[in-house]
Amino acid sequence: MNRYPLWKYLILIVAISLGALYALPNLFGEDPTLQISTAEGDPPDQETQQSLLRFLEEQGVPAIGAETREGQYLIRFDSVDHQMDAADLVSAKLGRGYTAAMTLTPRTPAWLRALGAEPMYLGLDLRGGVHFLLEVDVNALREQTVERHVNDFRTLLRQGRIRYGQVEPYEDLAVRVSFREAPARDEALRLLQEDFGDLEFDRDEADGNYYLIARITQDDLDEIVQFSVNQNITTLRNRVDELGVAEPVIQRQGAERIVVQLPGVQDPARAKEILGATATLEFRLVDMERYPFTGDPEAPRLPPAAELFQERDGNYVVLQRDVMMTGDRIVHAASGIDQETGGPQVNIRLSGAAGRQFNRITREHVGDLMAVVFIERQSEMVLVNDEPQREVTEVREVISVANIREPLGASFRITGLDSTQEARNLALLLRAGALAAPIDIVEERTIGPSLGAENVRQGFLAVVIGFALVVVFMAFYYRVFGLVANLALITNLVLIVAVLSLLQATLTLPGIAGIVLTVGMAVDANVLIFQRIREELHAGSSIQRAIDQGYGKALSTIADANVTTLIAAVVLFVFGTGPVQGFAVTLSIGLVTSMFTAILGTRAVINLIYGGNKRVAELKI
Amino acid sequence: MELFKREPRIDFLGKRRLGVVLSALLLLASIGSLAMQGLNLGIDFTGGTVVEVGYPEAADLGRIDGVLEDAGYGDAVTQFFGTQRDVMIRVPPRDVDESAVISEEVLAALQADSPDAELRRVEFVGPQVGRELTEQGLLAMLYALGGILVYVAFRFEYRFAIGSVAALLHDVILVLGFFSITRMQFDLTVLAAVLAIIGYSLNDTIVVFDRIRENFLKLRKAGPREVMNISINQTLSRTLITSFTTLLVVGSLMLVGGELIRGFATALLVGVLIGTYSSIYVASASALALGVTKYDLLPPEKEEDQGEGQEERP
Repeated sequence: MNRYPLWKYLILIVAISLGALYALPNLFGEDPTLQISTAEGDPPDQETQQSLLRFLEEQGVPAIGAETREGQYLIRFDSVDHQMDAADLVSAKLGRGYTAAMTLTPRTPAWLRALGAEPMYLGLDLRGGVHFLLEVDVNALREQTVERHVNDFRTLLRQGRIRYGQVEPYEDLAVRVSFREAPARDEALRLLQEDFGDLEFDRDEADGNYYLIARITQDDLDEIVQFSVNQNITTLRNRVDELGVAEPVIQRQGAERIVVQLPGVQDPARAKEILGATATLEFRLVDMERYPFTGDPEAPRLPPAAELFQERDGNYVVLQRDVMMTGDRIVHAASGIDQETGGPQVNIRLSGAAGRQFNRITREHVGDLMAVVFIERQSEMVLVNDEPQREVTEVREVISVANIREPLGASFRITGLDSTQEARNLALLLRAGALAAPIDIVEERTIGPSLGAENVRQGFLAVVIGFALVVVFMAFYYRVFGLVANLALITNLVLIVAVLSLLQATLTLPGIAGIVLTVGMAVDANVLIFQRIREELHAGSSIQRAIDQGYGKALSTIADANVTTLIAAVVLFVFGTGPVQGFAVTLSIGLVTSMFTAILGTRAVINLIYGGNKRVAELKI
Repeated sequence: MELFKREPRIDFLGKRRLGVVLSALLLLASIGSLAMQGLNLGIDFTGGTVVEVGYPEAADLGRIDGVLEDAGYGDAVTQFFGTQRDVMIRVPPRDVDESAVISEEVLAALQADSPDAELRRVEFVGPQVGRELTEQGLLAMLYALGGILVYVAFRFEYRFAIGSVAALLHDVILVLGFFSITRMQFDLTVLAAVLAIIGYSLNDTIVVFDRIRENFLKLRKAGPREVMNISINQTLSRTLITSFTTLLVVGSLMLVGGELIRGFATALLVGVLIGTYSSIYVASASALALGVTKYDLLPPEKEEDQGEGQEERP
């Protein structure tokens, strides 16, 4: 009685060894690291690598190791101070064209990495960083979509030489075209249907007018939203790369939202500026007849082709309503220093076709003034009847008025910016490209690096103290059986860490709490079993029978009790967000592993100690 | 070592009127407080901004209030967070809200006043997201209760399911009541703790129910009340020991786990205490009140057992 077959021991040994192996990487710790790559995402060449290491050595911040991994050149340091000094030095030495991000790299030995063993992935609340939830403004997207169809219809009808009255947005998601005669409308329908097969077309007549109504279907809109969210993700990725963040997370969440997580970012304000802004540029000619502007800005009397703008310094300037060029033709933008004045500037390069067009226009206007209009979309929440609603304002500002000294081509520069920081931000925004649809930050959670480290320390301490208290109590209360249960508890902890490492699930502060809670609850299975064994002994069962019955009878109770907790944990996972999910994950993993160790594991050890044909005088329980 | 040298014979259900009165009083106080003053909801649910700033030395809250007042944030609430060097500033959602920049403005104002002020944490939740989190939280609670109701009904019997869910509701309301009365902040992690309590308290209840089911089959002569009493007594050691070990770890979490996790740990602590009590009184007493008899629990495949107990059938 009370003997386990060999295969059960084998299962246990295999499970525990695998657990120990995959939990192992968590013991090695992390090095402060500088992660360097070129703008193209390649590691710097050998020569640069060598000269960097020599340079750092000379500057008194020696590297303790360097390697190339996944397109990154990693330089390790022995302290965060060295890492920070080195980051400044390296950025200064390499200059533009490289990104250098500060990060922590695990000290996992190569043989473990080869087995796919990595340490647990710490959430932002443990390592510090910024979490943003961004939302695509679907209303703006609808308007944009309708507006685009209005323009496309006009162009197509004009090209098809069909006489139409008006093209206008209609109802919610539709465009209405009016015609004087029915044949023109029917011809237009044929023409439009060829190009816009996805739309639902309707005919209508009223007051002697013939109408064609084209509706955008919900499916189409969904597709457009999806496309624009994807495009936004791509753009955000570019922008985040510009920020030099190691291991950023940029993911879609639901239909309209994007999660951006930037571990280790110290300056959330700058991150927000770069991620959240939608900025475009317009190049317009200054109305030279009204320059400088002398009228009343409240009631400017202007011809329809002119428009009044304000400059950054508060002055007013009248610009032509026609836009020479928009920012989306920009293929490259970089900040630099104006050689003549020493002030900041942005160098801009346009696409080939746009460059030629720009050249043609500016050639006719050499000597005139050209204005650069910076258009930024800002959104704010406004309470209307206690219901929060988003209000979007467009800020349009003239950031520079410059002489066109010569015909401009595909490359030119904007000067007259306030600071190098502003030049850098502007260049960054232009380079990363205009976003496909406006996005707003709807949630932000930033944890400073010191608080993150503190959370890790406190969480770890809570696990250790809670664990120690339980272990002491169990040993005291159940003696030999208590020690066996403690063995199971330790194994359980190792297995939880191993599964978390293997899944690379995110460990959060509530996640640690989940582990602590599992430690407290994991002994429950053993308590149930041991109480049963005691009862059996009290009832006069033989020792071997008491062990067998104890385990047997407790089993269904343990299963029932754990399944119900698991239900709660799964619900938490499905409905929870970030940190709460972390709690659900560790709780679920802990429940499953604890069943394994508390039932199978302890039984195996108890069988070894008391089982088989041994004559046992007394159970130490 | 043993908690009880012999199996205890406490007449729990005989004193169930006492339990009913106690529970009723606690429930009344909780529901009353929840109705009168509600919960002190964190920004996870209300929307708004929280900025936590660390100072090298004990901070002067009055001065910080002044700085914020000057910066146009007179409605901000400041308080120490854990130590006197950490200050938490909570800015409510505003009528016209340039929400995303509040944290920057607050931090800029504080750092202008005292350059050593260090950003520890920023949380900003938009009103829309807050409302969604509230909805999701309530839904999660309902789904958890529903799922458990179905599972227990399936594994036991519907009266037990009702009994266990009654105990869960009892626990949840009391924990919420505790947070309402103490005005401790109720945020997402506390909600997670409440759901964990649902799981935990049920764990306790199930263990008692399991034993009741077993004893209904074993103790043929005993009436339901006696069987329940015996079962509760038999599982009493286990109930107390498991609660004790859980309290050990939750206590350590509360003492050393840090300020961010304190609400969570407190909820668990209160929940474990109430859950232990409720699985004895509320769950069993409700099942008893609903008239559970052993015939409701006999597994259908054990036909021969039923034959033996035939004469007891009323």
